[in-house]
Amino acid sequence: MVPFLIRRAIFAIVLLVCTSSTALFLTRLAPGDVTSQLGPTASRDEIDSTRARFDLNRNPLAQWMLWSGRAVRLDFGDSFLYNQPVGPLVVRAAGNTAVLALVALAIASVAGIALGIVSGSRQGRSVAAAVGGVSLVGVSMPPLLTSLLLVFVAARTGWLPPGGMSSANASDMGWAAWMLDVAWHLPLPALALAVPIAAMFERLQSQSMSEAVQQPFVVAAIARGVSTRDVILRHAWPVSLRPLCAVYGLVIGALLSGSFIVEYVTAWPGIGRLMYEALRARDIYLVAACAAMGAVFLAIGTLTGDLLLAASDPRVREGDA
Amino acid sequence: MTTRAHARPLAMRRTGAVLLGVIAVVALLAPWIAPNPPDRRFPNLLYAPPTPVHAFDAHGVAPHAHALRIVSRIERSFEEEPASRGPMLLLGADAYGRDIFSRLLYGARTTLGLAVCATLAATLLGALVGGIAGYASGWLDAVLARLSEFVLVLPAIYVALALRAVMPLVLAASTVFTLLLAIFALLGWPMVARGVRAIVASEREREYVIAARAAGASASRVLLRHLLPAAAGYLRTQATLLLPAFILAEATLSYIGLGFPDTTPTWGTMLQEAANVALLGDAPWTLAPAAAIFFVVLSVNLFVQGTGRPPIQLER
Repeated sequence: MVPFLIRRAIFAIVLLVCTSSTALFLTRLAPGDVTSQLGPTASRDEIDSTRARFDLNRNPLAQWMLWSGRAVRLDFGDSFLYNQPVGPLVVRAAGNTAVLALVALAIASVAGIALGIVSGSRQGRSVAAAVGGVSLVGVSMPPLLTSLLLVFVAARTGWLPPGGMSSANASDMGWAAWMLDVAWHLPLPALALAVPIAAMFERLQSQSMSEAVQQPFVVAAIARGVSTRDVILRHAWPVSLRPLCAVYGLVIGALLSGSFIVEYVTAWPGIGRLMYEALRARDIYLVAACAAMGAVFLAIGTLTGDLLLAASDPRVREGDA
Repeated sequence: MTTRAHARPLAMRRTGAVLLGVIAVVALLAPWIAPNPPDRRFPNLLYAPPTPVHAFDAHGVAPHAHALRIVSRIERSFEEEPASRGPMLLLGADAYGRDIFSRLLYGARTTLGLAVCATLAATLLGALVGGIAGYASGWLDAVLARLSEFVLVLPAIYVALALRAVMPLVLAASTVFTLLLAIFALLGWPMVARGVRAIVASEREREYVIAARAAGASASRVLLRHLLPAAAGYLRTQATLLLPAFILAEATLSYIGLGFPDTTPTWGTMLQEAANVALLGDAPWTLAPAAAIFFVVLSVNLFVQGTGRPPIQLER
């Protein structure tokens, strides 16, 4: 287990360095730079001082050396758009994305697994066909579509706020009121992100459950008089979890990709939206920091996935994972 | 019981295939089916609702629509004028008064054409790289495996976003097409290559391959004529996973303004109309491209599930 964790840590560091450096170089080599944000009326001096502030007057390699030298001391540079150090900006946005992604993952896990157990253990019955049909629709509704649809429903009915993370007067609120306000804005984007993943979980759980209930040990348990409910939940379900745990590590990628478009459509101030703004404005250090944060998310996600897989399957735990 | 269990996947597969066929034909025949030119603006019909279609007139069968008259510009309410004929707007009009149905048909050509081309390119590239890696083994295999693992771990939409965003923001439609095709192919091949590599690596030890080599077939002939056909089924499977992902990628990039120019009708650029929350509630027909994407993805998933696999696409 320890050598495995060390290998994972090395992989995470390589990923972190590669993605953020690539993001830096790509932004630097792209046509145009952040000075175009100053507008056409900017004076020569203004442009020059802005270029100097973001090290754009050096060659790309020298800029990368400067930036990585400061980055190891946890100084990731300034953002032009927000006119402040990128560190706190990115951490706050990452927190917002994490809240959204974790709530969505929780919804997807509970709904998907519960429905999958039902449809997987009742193959051939109408309830299984109904659940299967619903999740076929769900897997065909990627986050772009679910978020647009939910925003439409919210705009039409007014049941939920169609966008944003807090109301306009959020700054006047007390702490508790603000939390409630955020909780009021959260269901729509979280649901938009959760629906396709829940449907995928349901399909996976359903398939593995329908295979598990045909195993000899399940027949043996039924023969010994264990109740159907116990057979399904305590004997078949733990065995059927393996395929699900195997995709958990990959789901983090789906969550990150999905949260980008959900954040864009519902104006949730997360890391995806921030990166989009930064890329468009060529806000170079903000782009690099967002990419680094994305790599951190990925590393945490794949590690969690591996640990879950090891927990669900002794064969992985013993052998070389 | 057994017959039903067997019949359902087959029916699903057929339904999916028929739906996809219909969509493809409609997209190809867009110029003949579309009631209006996609760029024609009807200045008095901004956000007009779908017009009812009347099948008959005084002379017999002649599908037509009555003209719409603005009742209130502020509330955007319209009423039919039975006396005169007007443009047929099957799915209403957008912010510029353009016919959404016609734009949807023309948009299908770009969106689906790009997705199909990108799927072909990614599958071919993946088959080639995976085949070479599996056949060569050794250091080349190791390098290609690391490379594809690295691309696989990145969330594709961010990479596509970054690669597109660092290009000039305003480009001609044909340039965007080529650019997105290249980006999608670059992001899609590792998915294909990994499986092909495994298939080729296990097949190359089989007797028929040894026989072919003994008969003097060159490495490229063994790879192309003997080994890759073994991966054909796998390639089809991967293609059905890539196609919806690419449709969605185009829609996402165009929606956020980093895809095709706004004037080019694609399903993504059309969805920008739905970005205005205040208007979206009153003009649900601007969501028509979302419904179109849903139908295509659903058809692919029906087809895929009919072949016995759960339709799992980690959109990455």
